[in-house]
This record gives sequence, C-alpha cells and structure tokens, in this order.
Amino acid sequence: MLRNRYTPYAFLSPYIIIFSVFWLVPILFSFAMSFMNTRSRTWQFDFFLNWGRLLEDELLWQALKNTFLIIALQVPAMLMLAVFAAVLLNSKDLNFKGLHRFAIFAPIVVAEAAYAVIFRLLFNDNFGFVNNMLALINIDAIAWTNSSSGATALIAIGLTWRWTGYNAIIILAGLQNIPKDLYEASELEGTSPWQQFTKITLPLLKPAILLCLVLSTFGTLQLFTEPTLLTEGGPGGSTTTVAMYMYSQGFKSFNFGYGSAIAYLIVFLGLTLSLLQFKLFGGKPDE
Amino acid sequence: MNNSLTSRAKKLFINVLMLVISCMWLIPIWMMMIYATHPDNVIFSGELVFNPGTDFLKNFAILQGKQDFSMAIFNSVIIAGVSTLLGLLVASMAGYALARFAFRGRNTLFALIIFILAVPSAAIVIPEYIIVVKHMGLSNNYAGVILPYLANAVGVFFMRQSFLNLPAETLEAAYLDGASEWKIFYSIALPIVRPALASLGIILFVAHWNDYLWPMLVMTSEQYQTAPIALGRLIGLANIEWGAMMVGASLMTVPFLLLFLILQKQIIAGITSGATK
Repeated sequence: MLRNRYTPYAFLSPYIIIFSVFWLVPILFSFAMSFMNTRSRTWQFDFFLNWGRLLEDELLWQALKNTFLIIALQVPAMLMLAVFAAVLLNSKDLNFKGLHRFAIFAPIVVAEAAYAVIFRLLFNDNFGFVNNMLALINIDAIAWTNSSSGATALIAIGLTWRWTGYNAIIILAGLQNIPKDLYEASELEGTSPWQQFTKITLPLLKPAILLCLVLSTFGTLQLFTEPTLLTEGGPGGSTTTVAMYMYSQGFKSFNFGYGSAIAYLIVFLGLTLSLLQFKLFGGKPDE
Repeated sequence: MNNSLTSRAKKLFINVLMLVISCMWLIPIWMMMIYATHPDNVIFSGELVFNPGTDFLKNFAILQGKQDFSMAIFNSVIIAGVSTLLGLLVASMAGYALARFAFRGRNTLFALIIFILAVPSAAIVIPEYIIVVKHMGLSNNYAGVILPYLANAVGVFFMRQSFLNLPAETLEAAYLDGASEWKIFYSIALPIVRPALASLGIILFVAHWNDYLWPMLVMTSEQYQTAPIALGRLIGLANIEWGAMMVGASLMTVPFLLLFLILQKQIIAGITSGATK
C-alpha cells in the first residue's frame, strides 16, 4: 500500500465501519424509535406517545429521584475524600507511599459485579462484618438492605470505595503540576498551610476537580450494575435507578420505544448537568 | 525545638490518618480472599478473620457445581483478549490516519469522535441489542459481544495523541526510501508508541473484563456467560453460597490486583492522559 489519496481512508475504514454500524446507526435508530409505538404489531410513528409518557410516569420520576439522591450524596463526598487522599499521598511526610497508593487505587481494577457481591456480604443486615463491628462500639445494626436510607447509603459507600482512587489519580496528577515555587514563595510570606491549601492548591486544582465532577455525575447517572446486584433496586423500588428502569422497560416489558425515550432523557440530563457544572465552576483558575 | 516537635506531630498525624483510610480500603479485598478459604459458618460469624482456612477447593467445587465458572472465566478471557487486541489495532490505525494525514473530512470525523465520547453507552444499549441480536442473530456468539467494543472513541483519541508526538521526519524519510505506508505504520510508528499501546491495552482489557450489562444481554445461555454474569446469577439464587461466591470474586479480581501491582505506572498513565488531554 503506497500512499495515494485513499490511504488515510484505508487506515480509517475498520473504525468507520464499526463506528457507523454500532454507534451512529444505533444513536439515530434510538432517536427514531423514541417517537414510535413499538408495541403495536407493526411499529408506527406516534410522536407524543413515549415523550408524553415521560412526564406522567411516576415510576420514572421515582427512579430519577433515587438516582439524583445518590449523585447528591455520593459525588461531593467522594470528591472531597479524593482531594484529601491525593493531598496526603502527595505529602513529603508520608511513609510507605507505594502501599497506600495500592490500597486507594486498587479498586479501579475490581469489577462492579465482584465488589457488589463482597459488599453485599460485608453489609449483610444479619451477619455482616460491618454491623458486627458497629455492635462492638454499641451502635445498633443498620438495615443496609431492608430500609431505603440504608440501601441508598450502601450504594453510595460502595461507589465511593470503587471510584475514590480513580478520581484521586486525576487530582494527584493535577497536584503534581502545581509549581513548587508557589508554595516556597508563600512560605516566605508566612502563609499558614491551610491558607496555602485554600489560596493556592484548591484554585489550581479546579480544572481537575471539575473533570472528576463531570465524569462522576455522568457515570452515576447511568448507574446500573451496583444497585442491581447490591439491593436489586429495593426495598420497595427505593434504589431503582433510571438506567435500571430503562432496562426494565426495554428488556422486560420489551417497550423499545419508551426505553429509547428514557435513554435520550439520560443523555439530555447528563449534557445539561455537565454544561451547568462547567458554567458554575469552570471559570479561570485565578478568578 | 518547638518547630520540630510540631512537624513531627504533623508527620505522625498524616501517617496515622492515611493508615486508617488504607486499611478501610483494603478490608473488602482482604475479606474477599480470606472468606474464599473458609466454610460458610465462619463467614456467618461476621468477624474480621486473619488466618486463611483450608476450604478454598471445597468452595470452588460448590461454585463450579452451581455455575460453570471455569467456562465463564474462559469466555471472559476470550472476549476481553480478542476485544483488546482488535480494539488496539482499529484504534491505532484510525489514530494514525488522523494524526499523520491531511485529508478531506478529517476535522468532521474528529469532531464526531469527540461527540461520541459524550454519549453514554447506556443510551444506545437498546438499539444495539436490536441490531446485534435481532438483525445480525449474534446472540450467544463471541462476535456479538466483541464487535461493538471495537469502535472505541477514547482509544482513537488516545492513539491520535500518541502518534502526534512522533517525529514526522523519521516517518517521511522511510517513505522517501520507498517503504509503504502500511510498513511505516506497522514497523516504525507502532513500535515507538508501545508504552501508549500498553496503557490503552490494560485499560481496555479491564473495562471489557468487568463489563456487565452488554454481555448479559448478548450471552443468555450459561455456556457463553462471562464471569461477572455468572457471579450476578449466583447472587440471584434463593440459597446463596457465600464462600463459593467469594471464590468467584477472587478468581476474577486477584489476577488484576497482581497486574496492577506490576503495571501501576502504565495504568495510571492511561487514566491521566485519557482524562486530561
């Protein structure tokens, strides 16, 4: 293959073919389906059927509420912890750095299904390790899977365990990009460590934290595996996420049209939230 | 004197704090491995166990009796392995073309790839299922799981970035010597970006190994299920065998923990460059 005007396309062709068949066509197909009645024997356009149903489907609203509750509880807590862990891991006073890095970062290679079954065992209401430890310090057993607040907390704890390291890696990279002489100069001026953190570290970390915020929000909006395996969406539907609801509409009720409308709702919410986050927090680092 | 005392206190504080966090983070992994070696009555005690037991093989036999887990691991290896190798090839070819050639439609294509990065995979799972399972008839077929994995926008983006850093003169000199573009790509450009291929390869392998929803939809028969699906089916049973389940979780996790110990640098490089560029 010597170079001619077709060479670039030859290199690109495997990607373009697969990309078209398995991404582009599905995206367009899904959009079209969301405007169709897919439960009739022959699919027919029915413009407001699915999109209209989105507004009045109480189960969907419940699933959205559950999902946003998990996002609101888990994402900020995890990001604070990730910043905290990254600062500690970056400190020159810390010994055994390799070991600590492994402990925090290792969960990023653990499969969702694997840690879900581990957490389901450790947080078992009756014989779990966690309730057992709580009993030692005289705290009553928590109904991790039998109460809606317990189940929500369990999912948030699981997600935090799995993803703090991932975010800490990104934040740590941001920390290491901050020029050392900024700290040296401020030390000469007698700035306290806390002031250094709020005046230098945090503002310069803003782009990294913003990236983590957007990625985490987007990821949690699609949350499926953990609530499926940890709580099965329960109790009483209190941890059924919007992605689980889409799955049950698509693959249990076989209502592909309505499932597609929910999928587009997820995309729309994800993009809106990202834009909002960029607008709110995305100013220049020195502002 | 006073100053060194506070700095020593600070050092102690930092180390103790980090130790507490690290222990909390390691406990689930530790308990998984240790519970895998004990009978269920030890597990029901809910205590922090330090000594490994002797029931690993017994638990494995229970696991294997409930679901063909060896087969599931085999399926996972095939799917993650083939997806990763082919995915690397497809992504590097596309990334190479985008980085090295100026051609009509390049910017449009690149913009499209960036746009795709923002589309969550959950959003296309329904039409993907209709196309792959209903139209192509690829249910319970390795190709059905693998093919959609190969169009990896992150991979193209990542490889393009790596090829942009190549010295254009070296490649151009080879071209003037009469080497074909394929040969330049294959025997000059690819070897230079080997570290990037390693980073991307590990990340793709782990992601495909861990994926849950897509293989669950395509591989409906037990013979073709992947390890996460097998584990998921076990937890749905009325009578949960916890020790067996911990064996399953360990088998699909421990190899990656070891890999992570060895290749921490490449994995972290993959995450940070994928995330920050």
